[in-house]
Amino acid sequence: MKNDYDIIVVGAGPAGSMAARFAAEKGVSVMMLEKDRDVGYPVRCGEAISKSGVEEFISTDEKWIAAHISKFSLNSPDGTEAVIEFDDAGYVLERRIFDYALAKTAAEAGADILSRAYVNGLLFEDDKVCGVKYEFRGEQKELRAKVVIGADGVESRIGRWAGLRTFTDFRDMECCTQITASNINADANTLYFYFGENYAPGGYFWIFPKGNNTANIGLGVSGMVGKKRSALSYLNNFMSNNYPEAPILTSIAGGVPSTITLGKISSPGIMLAGDAARQVNPLSGGGIASGMIGGSIAGRIAGEAVKMNKPDHILAYDKEWHNRLGKRHEIFERLKNGIYNFDDNKFNKIAHSFNKVPKNKRTLGRLFTTALVNQPSLLIDIAKVFVI
Amino acid sequence: MIEILPDKCDFCGCCVGVCPEDAIELKEAEINIIDERCTNCSKCVWSCPIEVIRFNRDGILS
Repeated sequence: MKNDYDIIVVGAGPAGSMAARFAAEKGVSVMMLEKDRDVGYPVRCGEAISKSGVEEFISTDEKWIAAHISKFSLNSPDGTEAVIEFDDAGYVLERRIFDYALAKTAAEAGADILSRAYVNGLLFEDDKVCGVKYEFRGEQKELRAKVVIGADGVESRIGRWAGLRTFTDFRDMECCTQITASNINADANTLYFYFGENYAPGGYFWIFPKGNNTANIGLGVSGMVGKKRSALSYLNNFMSNNYPEAPILTSIAGGVPSTITLGKISSPGIMLAGDAARQVNPLSGGGIASGMIGGSIAGRIAGEAVKMNKPDHILAYDKEWHNRLGKRHEIFERLKNGIYNFDDNKFNKIAHSFNKVPKNKRTLGRLFTTALVNQPSLLIDIAKVFVI
Repeated sequence: MIEILPDKCDFCGCCVGVCPEDAIELKEAEINIIDERCTNCSKCVWSCPIEVIRFNRDGILS
């Protein structure tokens, strides 16, 4: 193994793998370090993604698709179901296979990958990041690089070590827990969402099918809610009321930094991507597609900077990210804040009104228009991000 | 003092993400609070999805 690389990527999730791949495609040397034993495991994700979000980066392969999604079922507190149908909306993934496939594309582009490598510090030279310190099989090691890309997830500390203020306000953290359960009687092509005080106040509860009557069942609530009652207690409550006998195949916890992108995602020698940069859609909490986009931009720009021998070029990343997706996330953040404080009664009324809309006009844009009809400024935002 | 119950922890990193003091260290399946940095602000307690972190005031768990 070499002692120095052009680019080090920390974290081998979707953002890290795309950063490594797009950097390597520029013809520079890349090492991607993963702290866990396995790329792609443990999974900390609801695993739903839009088709377009995947196709930009990897051609569809049934081996990492658990379910094809063509319908959303949105359920209000009084049990009213609003259904939105799509031609071919997206997938529920098998992330442990998907992440592995993404990492392989990075390897095929020429990136080196090392698992069980826990990064625990940065190296500096003239106040500029110039590598990482890491622990590997009980030994403390160092690896130098021209650029370090931190794609180390919600638990990222790399940005902080480089002087970026990266922690997430606990009110913006969606604190999630999920089980994968068997013997769940749900449509195999529908994503189910449940809203209201009993399910997930200020967030949502989900059932995402994974084929053969298995499903990811979970929820996210803000840390503000968690102060009074944990995500786990909502999940336990739901399961004992609805599926008390369901076999549980996995149970996990996780955090989603559900707010706009960090103010600064690059600094001399360092860039952040994925959850580490808060490249998450704050409304849906979805971060796979946006993390891949962020990672790919970071990787390409880092590669260009090395190739051109222009270290400051990496600072162009912030602007490019904001133009591609960051500004869109600001719109989603405003929509999230618009519906955040809705009570059960309001959710019920929205569902009732929406079900009066002709079936072929029931779209996500129409749903948000129905929900936010009294907030005209947000209607413009809806028009910007949804096809109505 | 903030206490993490390691037997119950899922090592998900939610607490690390909200810690304003960079006072939590998370490895693959090992988590530690760096006591010199911790200010007992309790944000990690509130954010833990699965009730694994506690604030222990004078030995009384709350």
